[in-house]
Order: sequence, then structure tokens, then C-alpha cells
Amino acid sequence: MSADASGLTFLDRPNSYIGRSVPRPNARRLLEGRGVYVDDVPAARLGHVAFLRSPHAHARLLSVETAEAKGMPGVLAVVTGAELAAICTPWVGVLGHFKGLRSAPQHALAIDRVTWVGEPFCAVVARSRAEAEDALAAIAVEFDPLPAVVDMETALDPGTPPIHAELGDNLAFERSLDVGDVDAAFRDAALVVEETFQFGRHTGVCLEPRAILADWAAADGLLTVHHSFQAPHMMQDILCKHLALPEGAVRVICKDVGGSFGIKVHIYPDEMATCALALMLKRPVKFVADRLESFQSDIHARDHRVTARMAFSAEGDILALDMDDLTGIGPYSVYPRTSAVEANQVVNLTGGPYRHRHYRARARVVLQNKAPTCQYRAVGHPIATMVAEGLVDLGASRLGLDPLAMRERNVIPDDAYPCAGVSGIKLEKLSHQAALAKLKAMMGYDALRAEQASLRAQGIHRGIGLAAFIEITNPSAAFYGVGGARISSQDGCTIRLDPQGGVVAAISVTEQGQGTEGIIAQIVATAVGVPMEKVRVISGDTQATPYGGGTWASRGAGIGGEAAWQAGKALRANVVAVAGAILQADPASLDLRDGAVVDAESGTERMPLSELGRIVYFRSDTLPPGVQPEFVATRHYVPKDYPFAFTNGVQASYVEVDVQTGFVRLLKHWCVEDCGTVLNPLLVDEQIRGGIVQGIGGALFEHCLYDAEGQLLNGSMADYLVPMAGEMPDIEVAHVVSPTTSSEIGAKGAGEAGTAGAPAAVVNAINDALRPLDARVSRQPVTPEVVLEALGLV
Amino acid sequence: MKAPDFAYARPASLDEALALLAAHGEDAVPLAGGQSLVTALNMRLSAPGLLVDLNAIPGLAGVSEADGVVRIGAMTRHRDVGAAPVVRARLPLLAAALPHIAHPAIRNRGTIGGSVALADPATEWPACCLALGATVVVRGPEAERRIAAEEFFLGLYTTALEPGEIVTAVEIPLPPADAVWGFEELARRHGDYALAGLAATARRSGGGLTAVRLAFFGVGDRPVLARAAAAAIEAGDVQAAQAALADELDPPGDPAMRAATRLHLARVILGRVAGTLLAGASMAGASMAGDGDGA
Amino acid sequence: MAPEAPERERAVAFTLNGESVRCRAPVRTHLGDLLRDAFGLTGVHLGCEHGVCGACTVLVDGRAVRACLMLGVQADGTVVETVEGLTESGSIRDLQDAFHARNALQCGYCTPGMLVTAAELLAEGGVPERAAIRDAIAGNYCRCTGYHAIVDAIATTAEARHAAGRDAAE
Repeated sequence: MSADASGLTFLDRPNSYIGRSVPRPNARRLLEGRGVYVDDVPAARLGHVAFLRSPHAHARLLSVETAEAKGMPGVLAVVTGAELAAICTPWVGVLGHFKGLRSAPQHALAIDRVTWVGEPFCAVVARSRAEAEDALAAIAVEFDPLPAVVDMETALDPGTPPIHAELGDNLAFERSLDVGDVDAAFRDAALVVEETFQFGRHTGVCLEPRAILADWAAADGLLTVHHSFQAPHMMQDILCKHLALPEGAVRVICKDVGGSFGIKVHIYPDEMATCALALMLKRPVKFVADRLESFQSDIHARDHRVTARMAFSAEGDILALDMDDLTGIGPYSVYPRTSAVEANQVVNLTGGPYRHRHYRARARVVLQNKAPTCQYRAVGHPIATMVAEGLVDLGASRLGLDPLAMRERNVIPDDAYPCAGVSGIKLEKLSHQAALAKLKAMMGYDALRAEQASLRAQGIHRGIGLAAFIEITNPSAAFYGVGGARISSQDGCTIRLDPQGGVVAAISVTEQGQGTEGIIAQIVATAVGVPMEKVRVISGDTQATPYGGGTWASRGAGIGGEAAWQAGKALRANVVAVAGAILQADPASLDLRDGAVVDAESGTERMPLSELGRIVYFRSDTLPPGVQPEFVATRHYVPKDYPFAFTNGVQASYVEVDVQTGFVRLLKHWCVEDCGTVLNPLLVDEQIRGGIVQGIGGALFEHCLYDAEGQLLNGSMADYLVPMAGEMPDIEVAHVVSPTTSSEIGAKGAGEAGTAGAPAAVVNAINDALRPLDARVSRQPVTPEVVLEALGLV
Repeated sequence: MKAPDFAYARPASLDEALALLAAHGEDAVPLAGGQSLVTALNMRLSAPGLLVDLNAIPGLAGVSEADGVVRIGAMTRHRDVGAAPVVRARLPLLAAALPHIAHPAIRNRGTIGGSVALADPATEWPACCLALGATVVVRGPEAERRIAAEEFFLGLYTTALEPGEIVTAVEIPLPPADAVWGFEELARRHGDYALAGLAATARRSGGGLTAVRLAFFGVGDRPVLARAAAAAIEAGDVQAAQAALADELDPPGDPAMRAATRLHLARVILGRVAGTLLAGASMAGASMAGDGDGA
Repeated sequence: MAPEAPERERAVAFTLNGESVRCRAPVRTHLGDLLRDAFGLTGVHLGCEHGVCGACTVLVDGRAVRACLMLGVQADGTVVETVEGLTESGSIRDLQDAFHARNALQCGYCTPGMLVTAAELLAEGGVPERAAIRDAIAGNYCRCTGYHAIVDAIATTAEARHAAGRDAAE
């Protein structure tokens, strides 16, 4: 964190908002019901689209008879896959840096074959959504059902037919890693523990369903797209490519977004089809997924089975880790990020907190006839963390060691950085030891153990679970760009000073509720030197902001924030230079603070910004000769020295298991994490809390259940169980601060830390509670039935 | 998803409603609180030709007591059932069951008559009706019928209601002074449908129990009175009662839970409710056992 | 009075956020769509349309109900209040302030339904325990916050109203 020209660092500028719990300025309108989500955007001549979706997991489409539907009340158009393909070209979800990754061309509307229950293959556009749905019922379709590949365990069997004949089999991707001498380490180990972990496929369930409104104004040659989405520039680029439009012909606007979590950063066939329909019909067309089709068509995630073993010395040192991951990703690798990333992350991250030097991992990614999977909050992290933390606890219990002491013994020491993790990841500065110490104090670990023991004597089974983890944040182009994906890892901010001293900041990272705009306002106010209420932030509009990646992989604050900081500093320098010329003072002796030009040394006000603005904008005739003010500054930022800014943390869960019913009650949850500079504790803590509950959802409740024919059995809010307030615990959050030196602000990401560690902490707590009963669970979600089976009661 | 097209009528009297149902036959469906019916419409799982809205008919809502019987009008909202002073004072089983019915906004709108007529086997009111020996009052085009709860619930979403009939009230005899009761429900999340639930009533008898009625829900195609288990409880043998459930309950297996697991849960909650009832029985002079609710 | 005749579209008149309104609506349109489409009250959010998520919760005759589970025509003769109306009347200003200060919202999509549900709880008076607050909002899904901050904000408001003697139910 360097000091700037005024001699003040980022944190201690006089009107710094950094590190303060400032409420989000843009939250007010949401509290008053005045947000503008896609479905709230008014449009004249609007057509509503509804899609006919496959009822089969795999079938040939023999015929689609649309004549009757076309004559139904309110219907504007009925369009099949073949008709739409004339406007929208297909895509293939592969990237160069995942060597060997294979998928097949995917169309916006399936043409002659459907490959999962929920795949769209025909669209009806009508004056209302209800009328569009009425017409769907009048379309007659003939299917020829094909064998469905459902179970990922048998997807690679020679007898299983390939979903895409041209690929020959159902293996989409395979990665192997072998570091050190794993066989020798296991041979020489005092203890080897092994476990098979199963992870239930689950999904994002954003409360606002996916939504898109596309309007083709032929006269302007402009396709305006309102989209509930995280990455507007990426969407713009992809729409141009597949609809054969020049870049300037597409504007993507993402106003308020009702939750995203990675669900809304992928290319969905129905959304591409909606844009193509707008071109076709030359009128606005809107698609708002209903909840039932959301469950079938939003990306799913986490469908993994991992068999892993860990080797220990007699003293409790982790010596080696060996694991095999199998994951099912649906019939296509999702465009453009691909569906290989989750497995790849599992390989990169498993055991990441620890200092063992022997590691072998294999991940196989297979195709199946279920909804496609792709990146969802904390991609791969909950799996990697569960595998390592489950094995560490197993080892601790076999060796008779305390689980916390076991982790203290094995984490990479805080003074060892920078260094490389065993999988080859570059780690700049982590703080496992400090985080463990803080957690231990915060949760009162020893007292809690004593309480647990005394309650156990009364037949009350409580458990304490721990999970140390690392998180990938602030990705550089190493994440996607190097593989050929046109996904920007750099972001930009443009800041303008207006005549009354107001500041407008346009930023290319986006807001979905995490507080991006608030953070940017804090940084801009601090960097420029104005009160925060003077700052307006614009985001989510390809026509109004610099070019950038948007929001994904916990990058908004770290990357967008640094761009805003640099732009703010540049604007301040420009303003101070002009003020110096007017005041006949050395610019180095001036500063901007709280909306005024001040003497840097004494803080005495020399001129309010409103006066400077008046002169610059309205009386430029009075400026000294040769002075041309530039009250706009733009800066971009991308991390260059490290491919990713890794963060770390540790979570703990305290649970009570009813050993008769198998019900788990969550009593308390703790998290200590290190995201570098904490820009706004209020926002960071709530990111952590929300992330934890999302992780708990996967650990205990959420599961996309399919039958042997590939039918989704629980695709409604009544049947798919999301975490609700009644069952969730209170959560305590604390921080260790190890700023990254890659940027001046030193902020790393925090959006996925909660989700990364929560499942392992909860499952370990359950197993801690069950340990005296010789029972153990390893299958998520841990339902009462899973617990009762482990206890041998059913 | 949006509801399919249908017609709607809002009659101002019961006779008018019955006439509409009679005129339109099976194409017409009465609309009470709508908390299940409108859900089904919005999912296009149901496509009736006509909804006959009962909400404007006077006299169908309210709780009253006369001649030792509490009469709960069919259109009484769940919340108002639980809030009625006579229910709180004399029918605490209903008050204990109420918080388990979904969530406040559903309880504000859903009705006891709608719940009884729908006969979802995983819901609370039908089982409470069984446990309390309630009578379901129905009106048809010709006459009123009074059907004992034991004769009313016939199967999955199936009741003794004939086409064209409307549930108008549930009548519950006031429990005697020596009554005890218990209620337990296991649901994955607060307000979810029961994985297994039990509404129970009994009378104290010399330190033991008599007239035990065990109404299970969520473990069959309808609320189930477990008579053999009740007899075992009367005999003071809880384990025998739990064992008896194997023959008395035929729980469904579904994607969320296997049948065997539901049976296990039913046994566990029977053990807990039996403990509550027996504790109540041994409390000399107490008018009512504790809530046994577990929540 | 003539007997009621079945209709597919029907006139509705009711009091909406303090104003008398009337319109004709297809009977199959649920109250949530009616409020959004006919009256522009886009603070009524649709999250599931099967009564589970709670995002569309509004007050009808003073009680919280799911707008997606009432037909629009059933609003006839009632008093309907949405988050827009509650905002305008100032009746939940303290609750909104508490949500803002505590960051008890992120994406804001659940927020109107959550506020309406909390408003009904707070109207009962007293200072509910955290567990009681969690029970009361257990039918309102929030994917962002993890609920802790929402519970805090409701508790803070209840305490402040109680301290100010504003929590009496009747």
C-alpha cells in the first residue's frame, strides 16, 4: 500500500471512507420497491416468449407441428429450432487451456435432438406470457426417445452410448496431476485414511429468475438488451458473434439484478433465442424464466464423487494426498466458460491450506443427459475443502489428536510466503495460523469442547466442525483469456467532476447486491477527495461504462476497486493542477479534501470544488493561458504479478444431532477470513454470511434429484429445499488482514469464502457429534435419512 | 407459469354456490383460501372450467361454541382458528398444530374447510380432526350431511365429499376435563409438509391412559388412526405401540425420503408423544398435559 | 339481485395504497400480476408463483398474503397495501432505515416481501425473540444475506418501537 503524492496512504486520507461500515447508497430504492429488474422495464409492443422444453432426457425430434398454435389468440410467432438457426449460429463450449476438452455444437433451440429434460426446442411469442403458454399446449411434437445417460458412474462404460456420436464416448475432459512421490509417502505413512465423498447436484435459485428483454430498433441498427446478468460486455460480444452484428449494434444493460451467484454469467439457449426472436420479429421480446423452468434450465453444479486418501506421520503431519474426482456436467460443456472449470478447481485447491509436498489428483468430467452444469458460487471450492478437511478430521480422530491442533500443525506457516501450493498455485500472502488463532479465541474453542463433553454425558450429541480453506479471487487473464475466451479480466473506471463538485463514476464491474456500487463510491470519494454523497456510480451498461469483465470469481472490489482508485487519483491530480494554476500555488502543496481544494500541509480550504467547477466549465475565458482542464480521468486495472489473488480463512460450525430422528440443528457458525484490505466491513461480513448459508444449503438441504430416466423429480420451490431463516444459525465473522501488494488498495475478493468452507465445517461437526456412536456421513446433502443410515437405524 | 384460462363466479350465498356447482358439474371447483388450488393453477396442474369463489358467502367463517361442541366455519382462516379464545382455552391441540401450517401469509389466507376438503395427507388439520373426533359438515344441493372425520378421509386427496358438495364447517366436541393431548411433527424446514406427524388425544385413567387416539399424518395416503398402537399405549407398552406401527402405517416412499425412514420417524414421534401423554396422565389434577410440541 | 354469472374477465374496485382504484382484469390473472401490470407496482416481485418464496407478499385488509395465490379479481372490495404504499405512508420507515443501516438486503428482490412480513410481525407488538423472528420470516426466501442481518434489523426495530412505546398492538 503505497503513499501517494499528498503523503497519505489509501487508508488514512483525511476523508477516507475505507474500512468504514458505510451503508450502500443504492439500497434505498430497493427498500422502497423502486428497483428496476428486467421484468420491470417498460416496453411498447412487447412480445412475451415461452419455450417448449423437452420432456425427455434424450430423444430425437421427429416432428414439431405448430400450425394450430400459430392461430391461437395473442400469438405473434411460433418458431422452431431450424427456423431460429437461420439467425443465430451455434456455439461450442471449449477453451484452449483445458487441453482435450470436448463438447458438441449447441443451438439456441434444439433442432433434431433434445438432450436433457428442459432443453428448449420451440418458442412461442405472444402478447402475454399466459397466451404464449396457452399456445405451447397446442404444439404437437413427435419424439423418438433415445437411451439416456444419467448415472455419471456408468457414463464411461463401454456399453454406454455416447450422447454425441461424433465424440465417440462421454468423456469431456480429464486432468491428472502428480507431484512429489505419492506412492512412497503412502508406503511410509504411519496412518492412511480414505473416504468417498458424494456431493449432491444443486443449483443457484436466484430469487429473481433469469430474465432478458431484447429490442431490435432496425432504424437505429441497435439491439438493446436488458439482461439480468453479471457480465454485460461479454454478452455484447457473444451476441455480436452469433447474431452477426457489429459491436456497436448491441447494447447490453444490466440494471438491478435479483441475485446471480454465477448462475447469470453463462450463455443460455433460451436467452440467445430471445435476442434472435427480437431480430426476427423487429419488436421487443421478453423472456422471464418461471420457477419451474428455472430448475430445469439454470445451470446446476457440484455433481461430484471424490474418492480420496491422506497419509499421516504418527505425530500428525500430513504427508500426502491422493484423490480421484468424477463429475457429471450434462450434455454440453457450457459456453463460453466451459464446464471443466469446477473439476479443474478441485484439482488445484484440494489440500491447499497445507504444507504436504506429495499430491496426486485425477479429475474426469463426463457428459450425461441432465441439465448442464457450470460455474456457481465458490466453483469447486466446497468440494476441495470437504475432501481435505474431512480427511484431516478422520486422521485426527484416528491419531487421537485435537482437530484444531491438527490444523495448526499442518497449515503453511504465515511466514512462509510467498510460496507455491502443492498443486503449483502461486500464493502471495496467506494467514492460516493467524486465522486459526483468531477463530479459536472467537468461538471459545476450549470452553465449547468442555460443554460438548458434559452434554454428551447427558445424551446430547453436539459436534464442532472446522474447515480451513483457500479461495481464488481477483483472476487475471490466466482464468479464461489465455484459453481463447473473450472474457475480459481487466476493468476500467471513468470519473468525471461536474460543475457543482459532484462526481460521476462509470465502472465496468457490476452490481448484483453485493455492494459493488457502494464500494466504488467509497473508493472514488476517498481517492478524489469529495464527500461520498457527491458520488454517483454508473454500472451495468455497455454504452456507458469502460470495457470490462463484470462480476465473477470475486473480482469486483479487488479489480474494479483498484481501477476506481487509480482513476480517482488521476482525476485529483488533474484537478489539483488546474487549481494550482488558478491559485498560483504549487500543485504539490494542494490537495482535495471533502469537496474543496485545501492546503495540503495545514488543511486550510483554498477553494471549494463548486467554485473551481464554475470557473472551468462556465468561465474558461478567465483561466490562465495554456491551461486546458481535463476533469475526466479513466484508468484500467488487471493484476499482473500473480495469476490469482488467493485468500484464506477458517470456519467452524456447532451443531446438535438428534440421534433418533437424524435431524441436525445448527447452533452457531463462525468464520475468520482474510480478504486483504477490508474496504467496508458491513458489506464484507454480509457477503461471508450469505455465502455460508448458501454453503449450508448444499451441505444439508439442496439436491437436484433425478430418476433413472433423467427426469428431474423436485423442480419446484416446494420440493427443492433452499435454506430458510428458521433453520439457519447466527454467524460470527472476523478478519485477518493481509493486503495484496499487487494493487494499491490491497483488496482481495470475499464473495465466495463463505460458501467455500461452510459445507465442510457443518459436515465435520455432524461427524464430530456422531463419533461416539461410530457413525460417519460423507454424502451431501446430509439429510436426516443419511444420518439415520449412518447410525444403522434405517 | 401462468394459470390456464377459466371462468369465475363469486356467489353471495351458499345456495347460489351450490347451484353453480350443480350447473357446471365436475368442470366447476370451489375456491376457498386458494393456497393449494391457485398454486396448482399457476403450475397448470389443474384446469377447471369454473372457479366458484366461496369468499363472499356470509356466515361460513367464525368459531363458536354451543352444547359442548366447537363449530369452526369452513372459511375460517387458519390463523383465526388458532386465535379463537375457545380454541386456545379448550382445544390446545389445534393451537399447537397451527404454527406448523406453512407460514404466516399462508395461514392468513388458507382455510380449515379448504384444508379438510383437499385432504392432503401431510397436513395438520385433517389429522387433528381425526384425533379430536371431529365431524365434517357438508352441504349439497339437496341437504346437509354430517360425516365423522374417520369416515371422511378416504385416500390421497380423496374424501367422502360428493360432487357438488361443499364443506361448511368442522365440529369438534369439547374434550372432557381429564383429557390429555400431544402433538409432534417432523418437517425438514419450518412450515414444510410433514415427513411424519402425530396428533394425539387421550383421557387420564388411574395414572394411565384410556380412549387414546393417535392420528398420524405424512405417513400414508390419508391421515391414519393407529388403533393397535393406541391400544398398546393404553396398556402402557410404548415399545409395543411403536412396533405395531409397522402394520398400521403404509408410508409413501418418495424422492425426499424412503418409506422405511418415514416409518422410523413415526415410531420416534410416537415415543415422544406417548411420553407427553403419560406424563400428563401422571399429573394428578392437571387439566391438560404440556404441549408436547417439541418445537 | 341476479344470480352470479361466470365471467372470464371482471371489473375490480378496491383501495390500493390509500387510493380508490378500478380496472377490468382477466380472472386468471393473479393479484401479483394485476398489481404489476395494471398499476405499475413493480415492487411486488414474483419469485416462484407457487406461494413458497414470499417475494410477492402484500397486505390485504391488513394481513400479509401471497399475491401470487390470490386472483386479482378477489381484491375486489379489499384494502391492498404494497411496499410502495407502506413507503409512502411512512409506516415502515424505521424498519427500512434499520434494514439499510444493517445492510439487511443485497439484491433487494426478497426485500419488499420481507418488509411486509416483518411489518405484520411488528404490528403484533412486543419484542420478539430472535427465534420468533426467524419463524415469522421462515416463509420468505432470501438467497443473499443468510438471514442474520435481517433478523438483526427486525429486532432493532422492535426494540426501538418498544422503547418508544410504539409497539402496542391495539
